[in-house]
Amino acid sequence: MSDHTADGLRGLVAAFLRTHDPAGDRTGFLRARFDAGLAWVHHPPGRGGLGAPAHLQPVVDEAFAAAGAPDNRPRRNSIGLGMAAPTLLRHATEAQCRRWLRPLWTGEEVWCQLFSEPEAGSDLASLRTRAVPEGEDWVVDGQKVWTSLAHQARWAILLARTDPAAPKHHGLTYFVCDMTAPGVQVRPLRQITGEAEFNEVFLTGVRIPDAHRIGAVGQGWPIARTTLMNERVAIGGRPLPREGGMVGVLTRLWRQRPDLRTAGLHAEVLHAWVRAEAARLGALRLRQLITAGEPGPEGSAVKLSFAELSQQISGLEVELRGAEGLRHDDWTMHRPVEPDLLGRTATYRYLRARGNSIEGGTSEILRTIIAERVLGLPTEPRRDR
Amino acid sequence: MTDLLYDADEEALRDSVRALLTAYAPWQRTLAAVDGEDRYDLELWRRLVDQTGITGLAVPTEYEGAGAGFREVAVVLEELGRTVAPVPFLGTVVATRALLACGEHTLLRQVATAECEVTLAVGFATAPDRTPAATAPTSTTRCDPVRVGSGPTLSGRVSGVVDAVPEGLLLVPAGEGLYVVEAADPAVRLTPVVSLDATRPLVDIEFTGAPARPVATGVAAAEAVTAALTAGAALLASEQVGLAQWCLDTTVAYVRQRHQFGRPVGSFQAVKHRLADLWVELTEARAVARYAADRLGADDAEASLAAALAQAYCGPMAVRAAEVCVQLHGGLGFTWEHPAHLYLKRAKSSAIAFGTADRHRAALARMVDLPAPTVEQRH
Repeated sequence: MSDHTADGLRGLVAAFLRTHDPAGDRTGFLRARFDAGLAWVHHPPGRGGLGAPAHLQPVVDEAFAAAGAPDNRPRRNSIGLGMAAPTLLRHATEAQCRRWLRPLWTGEEVWCQLFSEPEAGSDLASLRTRAVPEGEDWVVDGQKVWTSLAHQARWAILLARTDPAAPKHHGLTYFVCDMTAPGVQVRPLRQITGEAEFNEVFLTGVRIPDAHRIGAVGQGWPIARTTLMNERVAIGGRPLPREGGMVGVLTRLWRQRPDLRTAGLHAEVLHAWVRAEAARLGALRLRQLITAGEPGPEGSAVKLSFAELSQQISGLEVELRGAEGLRHDDWTMHRPVEPDLLGRTATYRYLRARGNSIEGGTSEILRTIIAERVLGLPTEPRRDR
Repeated sequence: MTDLLYDADEEALRDSVRALLTAYAPWQRTLAAVDGEDRYDLELWRRLVDQTGITGLAVPTEYEGAGAGFREVAVVLEELGRTVAPVPFLGTVVATRALLACGEHTLLRQVATAECEVTLAVGFATAPDRTPAATAPTSTTRCDPVRVGSGPTLSGRVSGVVDAVPEGLLLVPAGEGLYVVEAADPAVRLTPVVSLDATRPLVDIEFTGAPARPVATGVAAAEAVTAALTAGAALLASEQVGLAQWCLDTTVAYVRQRHQFGRPVGSFQAVKHRLADLWVELTEARAVARYAADRLGADDAEASLAAALAQAYCGPMAVRAAEVCVQLHGGLGFTWEHPAHLYLKRAKSSAIAFGTADRHRAALARMVDLPAPTVEQRH
């Protein structure tokens, strides 16, 4: 247990670095780091961790970064790291974790999320993709949408209906789908910015072995909730320094371009600065609160604030630029691994930010979740239960 | 890294203060106090001081204080905000910060042991970065700068001072110094103000050759006053958080049980979303207030910035919480018999205390280098 302190973990990293060359083979280094329990220190031994407190993870990451060690490029596999991994860890079997977690963490295998459907967005539990048992397999038919990274992913977490007769939240089962399996077809979905971050995924007679089912048949909804709560924290909760993220773009512009300044915009820039700093401290406090446990519905607050701020700030930036705000950089269709929020024009940020209040749960749904599950207010009358 | 949570000692302190306030400061009693002649609930104040030693929290143990710190003071203020209790704690804390800066050990000991109450005699609306504009007289206030005569003695007026008690001591910035004056001196006149927030009485003070003892001069005096006002701005945020939490809790409880159109009012999405937004804002305000209290304790360069951020964010947040509370209580929220108005009045006046949000945003603009336009440069 003495290793489970900041100093203890720094000692373990130092010892690891003595036997593993950070300048050597990247994949080999990352695999060894996982096996040494230094990937996610709060995970149990054998699953990339040491069973140490989660708040010590930054100590390990900083020690590796200081040594110039390769990281696992977390953004390249954001769905895998932010959503699939916490769900697998909580609900998958030992054998399933052994198969999937290491290549997920090292980035050798990218993951995507087959949840939303054309007619099941915020009302996710109304999804219609069916999985029917056949021998040792399930046979899946349906269509998914808004699937980030589907064109690069090796695996997908998949929510499918296995009992059409049951009430909608009870008829769902959670699977891991092999994206290279016959019958999986991925098509880019072009969006408001002109590029295609997302995909439509068509599933036609896709066979999924029963060994790739997560949890019990019909228990998919509570497991999906683990994924969704982690998703909200992952989207809004990356710890940032002051003026990190979009507010930094705005403040740098303000400082560099006195010609753009007006009194009215000054007031708005200051409002945005204060709001961004409050949201940053709020996210930091939430992180301190949940550091050892699972994110709860409180994580919705972070995602909600992030969406509102990114929209407010990106809109303000376009306006601040005045005539320059009329010019966009590029409407050509691209397939980015992730949106280039800080590298492109203000107009790109403004348009991409429209998605922030929709993806990962709309702001309206998040407000309802906070009202019902945090504040305990009564549900609205519903016809689907 | 800054700890934005509450530790076990802080939670224990909260429990004891809350238990006492629950027993002795029900809102009916507060309402009766502001409706009557009483300016403070002195019986409640005496219990708080005797049973929890709150006046000594931020005073070092060598001067008979508890040696706890401003994070603990902030927790007490959260609880006082929840009850809008009419006790002069905030003013005491601000004066304590000035005394700490001056090294006034004798007075610190007296504050810690509650032998006497000390108040900083500046207008309650004075911001830490006070400039002439902030302290200039307006059409309704007279604010002749306090002058120092031989003796020394003080003459002049200060308008809208909070938590000044007639038997206490006044810490008065005058000329180049900071002086102590007895409020009970015949040459000092305290005139109660009819204030927006009757739970936090204000007075106008007139000095006519009042005998004074200097406790700091020059830069030291100016720094002590700035430190005190910064502490006020930073710690008031915790009171605002406590106030907003009461407003949210009370409103949630009400809309759960109140039925209209055959269903609980709290099941309507328009109501739910308003309360969800308030909860998000309060969650962030709590983090901001904790940060401000924590930095104040550390007394580093971040303290001023954190205090300005706290008042730029938490003041308007508390006002919104109180306004939502009045609104969602419907007609009931508009009556004198429901305590919501006490919270609204406290919230609105607190949003002006130690400088408005706008003033603090302007201070932030200087601190974080986001300058205002020098002239209208565009179009």
